[in-house]
Amino acid sequence: MSNVIKVGMADLAVCSGEDAVTTLGLGSCIGIAIRDPATGIGGLVHIMLPDSTEIRNNSNRPKFADTGIEDLVNAIVKKGGNRSRLVAKIAGGAQMFGASGNANTIRVGERNAQASKKKLMQMRIPLLASDTGNTYGRTVIFYPKTGDYVIRSVGKPEKVI
Amino acid sequence: MKDLSMEKLSGQYYDVLKELGNIGAGNATTALAQMLGGKVDMSVPQVKLLDFNVLGDTVGGEDVIMAGIYLQVEGDISGNMMFIQNKVSAAHLINKMMGGMFEIKDEEVEEHEFSEMECSAIKEVGNIITGAYLNALSSLTNLTIYPSVPQLAIDMAGALLSVPAVEFGLFADKILLVQTKFSDDVELDGFFILIPDMESYEKILTVLGVI
Repeated sequence: MSNVIKVGMADLAVCSGEDAVTTLGLGSCIGIAIRDPATGIGGLVHIMLPDSTEIRNNSNRPKFADTGIEDLVNAIVKKGGNRSRLVAKIAGGAQMFGASGNANTIRVGERNAQASKKKLMQMRIPLLASDTGNTYGRTVIFYPKTGDYVIRSVGKPEKVI
Repeated sequence: MKDLSMEKLSGQYYDVLKELGNIGAGNATTALAQMLGGKVDMSVPQVKLLDFNVLGDTVGGEDVIMAGIYLQVEGDISGNMMFIQNKVSAAHLINKMMGGMFEIKDEEVEEHEFSEMECSAIKEVGNIITGAYLNALSSLTNLTIYPSVPQLAIDMAGALLSVPAVEFGLFADKILLVQTKFSDDVELDGFFILIPDMESYEKILTVLGVI
């Protein structure tokens, strides 16, 4: 039996085999999916903000793109994934409402996407595909065995990247 | 009190915020009753300080489609406010407001796509409800509060809630949610999220003599 593990906001999970990881209703947050294709070990982190160094209250590591990706990579390696083989896909980063929020949160979706890409590049993890931006929410399911990253949105056909 | 953080908003602070939530939601109910021209009951609002990862479940599931109104608050305090309700509640309110002109039937709500006119009606309800909430806060604290024109999005609860969650996320790992149940002939579930920035929290609590 395969399980689908749910990842909440500012949360991460790792799985292998037939299991999958999912996060429901991504808005301006990003779901970063990373896996080792050879072992099929992978996981998902649901980040909310781009940069932990911009915020004083930054102890919740999966909340930020930079620390969240680091923690996910460490968790995958700990479970038996090979650090040098890791590849990534990202989805989310929508602008749910028009321009709003204070200086730290304006266009946060877009900045989340940029920060995630930058961190992956720094860690030399190839970004194979991404589906970010626009104005709608996304539910994502990641299958580390096949690498399929399934994206569902309201009133739109299902997409696999 | 520059080091005021959400974690410290416990005990007495929390009670004050809870009371503000009560009064705000009470005012909103009165406004709603006036608009609908009938009696609207309200249950005692529940005020919860929640972790981000349980937020979606609290409103009925992250993938439930809801209508969210989002607006900015300016004046003596600044911040954001959100009011969200599920699609069934929104459709019910639209039907009431339109006086049965274009009835959205219960069994069709799931598939129904709100028209421009219906979206405008939801915005108006949101405007009135959030305005009443903020009025209560304003008269209680003597602070001037101006709400901006509301913006509407209809999408998965998780996606909508990520917006206020990010605002809270700047200074906390928890979010303050006020849940209200309104009922006339059917029960309507609504959730308020008021997000003053940290300085505004201090202002509100200072005015009320808590700190």
